[in-house]
Amino acid sequence: MKIPPGVSAGDFADAIKQFEDAVGKEWVFTSDEDVALYRDAYSPFWGEADELVASAAVAPDTVEQVQKVVRIANHYKIPIYPVSTGKDLGYGGSAPTYSGSVVLDLKRMNRILEVNEQNAYALVEPGVSYFDLYRYIQEKGIKLWVDVPDPGWGSPIGNSLDRGGGYLTALYRNHFDSHCGMEVVLANGELMRTGMGAMPGAQTWQQYKSGFGPWIDGMFSQSNFGVVTKMGFWLLPQPDAYLSGTVMVPKHEDLIPMIDILNWLENTNCTTGMPFLGSPLLSRGGPLSAGGPPPDAELTALLAKPIATTLNELDAYAQKKGVGFFSCTLSFYGAAEANAANWEFAKEKFSAIPGAKFVDGQSYKLPLTDEQKGNVNVPLFGIPSLRMFSIGARSEANPTPGNGHIWFAPIIPRTGEAIFEANRVFTDAAKELNLPVPSFSLPTCYWERGFIYLFGFPITHDIEANKRNRAAFDRLVQIAAQHGWGEYRTAPAHQASVMDTYSFNNHALLHFHETVKDAIDPNGILSAGRYGIWPKHLREAKG
Amino acid sequence: MRRAGKVLLAALGFVLLGTGPATGQDSSWTLFPSHGQESATPIIQRGKEVFQNLCSGCHGPVIKNASPGIGATMPGTDALAAKYKGAKPAMLEERTDLTPQFIKIFVRNGVSVMPRFRKTELSDADMEALSAYLTRNNKP
Ligand SMILES: Cc1cc2nc3c(=O)[nH]c(=O)nc-3n(C[C@H](O)[C@H](O)[C@H](O)COP(=O)(O)OP(=O)(O)OC[C@H]3O[C@@H](n4cnc5c(N)ncnc54)[C@H](O)[C@@H]3O)c2cc1C
Repeated sequence: MKIPPGVSAGDFADAIKQFEDAVGKEWVFTSDEDVALYRDAYSPFWGEADELVASAAVAPDTVEQVQKVVRIANHYKIPIYPVSTGKDLGYGGSAPTYSGSVVLDLKRMNRILEVNEQNAYALVEPGVSYFDLYRYIQEKGIKLWVDVPDPGWGSPIGNSLDRGGGYLTALYRNHFDSHCGMEVVLANGELMRTGMGAMPGAQTWQQYKSGFGPWIDGMFSQSNFGVVTKMGFWLLPQPDAYLSGTVMVPKHEDLIPMIDILNWLENTNCTTGMPFLGSPLLSRGGPLSAGGPPPDAELTALLAKPIATTLNELDAYAQKKGVGFFSCTLSFYGAAEANAANWEFAKEKFSAIPGAKFVDGQSYKLPLTDEQKGNVNVPLFGIPSLRMFSIGARSEANPTPGNGHIWFAPIIPRTGEAIFEANRVFTDAAKELNLPVPSFSLPTCYWERGFIYLFGFPITHDIEANKRNRAAFDRLVQIAAQHGWGEYRTAPAHQASVMDTYSFNNHALLHFHETVKDAIDPNGILSAGRYGIWPKHLREAKG
Repeated sequence: MRRAGKVLLAALGFVLLGTGPATGQDSSWTLFPSHGQESATPIIQRGKEVFQNLCSGCHGPVIKNASPGIGATMPGTDALAAKYKGAKPAMLEERTDLTPQFIKIFVRNGVSVMPRFRKTELSDADMEALSAYLTRNNKP
């Protein structure tokens, strides 16, 4: 049995015994075989001595059991690492950030405490997955939608605490932003509720976010300040109808006004769904290929050269063939007539770009029929799925799959200029790092005020390849930071190096986090090292 | 090429593949498609529920005549189709050669992009039920 660092074998044995008394023997996992189930399947340290692994796992079923476990851990100074559904693949899985920690597995706490149709919210425990919540709502015939991320077996609490995102309207797809009220077990075992929940008998815990006084909920996301045992989430009342439409612009420089108009349309609530950027031209078997028609000889020759040198020629080709250089797909959730009017209005605005063309997309009265569900990407309709795993799984096109991925995910400004600049920077970076040079990459539009690039680094079971990729990843983090672009979220392997780039005024922000950490978790038992925040004794040990 | 060389190419795929509202068509679509109408013992019935809850999201039936895109995929079934190329059924529920040990190895170790399942997600008892279900048609 592995023993947590800094803990004596005797203390650990006593603590395990007490964990067993608290949660039941069968829910304390100490055998190598059981503990190995907590390995991060997508670990960039796979098979190395540095791989982040658990020493044991404890799976409580109630808040009281969580409090007991935390108190025992605090007494024996045992590092513990809470996970909700533990499916944070690409960002750490269910493995701890500080190797040798005991995983506090909250999967068994899977009660849906309330779904309120009148005020459109849910209150859930950590082990409730998106599938669970979706099924519950369907079975009860409640007309509410959950904004789901991929893959659907994650949890509203785990996903939002890592500040993940989904696909519906802006108010909902930022999952942490759409939460309302938390219950937290602190490192000393004390139970606290945030927002209106701090008032005994509160009637509006899930209806008014900030309560009274400092609003501290953000401190429990991407952090290690508490164990969250309940969270409320706002849900989207089932809209009347859905409509999508695509604008295509002919020249590469049209990307700039296209994004400006998109932003205006989003920020005035004309379009509310998540936009998707594309390139009909480059999709033609080119670098952005998503199954478009194969490129002809002329386009193949153009695409063989660095794109920065052929933009004007590509413009001419696109115009000759009548293919859009860039595109943006908008979606509208609302009354069918309002959706149609908003799309017409969006077309009018985009028509300021000479040569802009439009294609009407899907139009559905909601809810979808089962047949319609087969025609759509279901998470855009609040339906959880696992199909996104196809991006790395074996297939005809990918006969030798890897072992997952981690994401390099910088936020850049929401402008066309920034997209061109990011492409210049990442193309140069790829050359420097001896990576294949991307011709052109487009960001995703999860967040309404900033773009996010999602570059997947493959995970292999080849230690040397993983080492090279980790070094390249850290270098990309630095290069992005030199241009003022920071990661929105990252895997434990890179959390310290990313936190290091948030260094304004001699790391004042990190110093604040550390001050809080030392005050509310003086023994440093909770999720040590998560997002680069280490407790005092480990900071000192690291020098 | 060095293996790290795959990185940004893969990245481009990820950036695009996650996107786009369109895709696929399948008139028999359900979230957790049920398969077969076999009369089952309680353990096989439980195993079928486990399969539907945990496995069928990736190992369910492939959508026929789907237009390309993420909504048209069935990652586990597609992966096994690419692996066995018709030599074995791509659908786990149609296999007659799986053994409990084999199933356990994959469930508790994962493979490729499929992660391992913890005991809080899939207890030993449910693991047994899952095996009973997936081996129900094996010839003695
Ligand atoms: C193919 C693929 C596609 C993906 N697409 C998306 C996507 O569209 N959107 C997206 O957001 N993510 C995506 N991901 C990443 C990830 O799988 C999801 O974000 C997933 O929901 C996170 O896992 P989880 O919900 O089980 O959270 P968990 O693993 O339970 O939690 C994540 C982390 O939060 C902390 N935490 C969790 N619960 C608690 C608690 N109760 N108290 C204190 N701290 C806690 C822990 O540090 C934990 O490690 C994708 C991954 C893959 C493989």
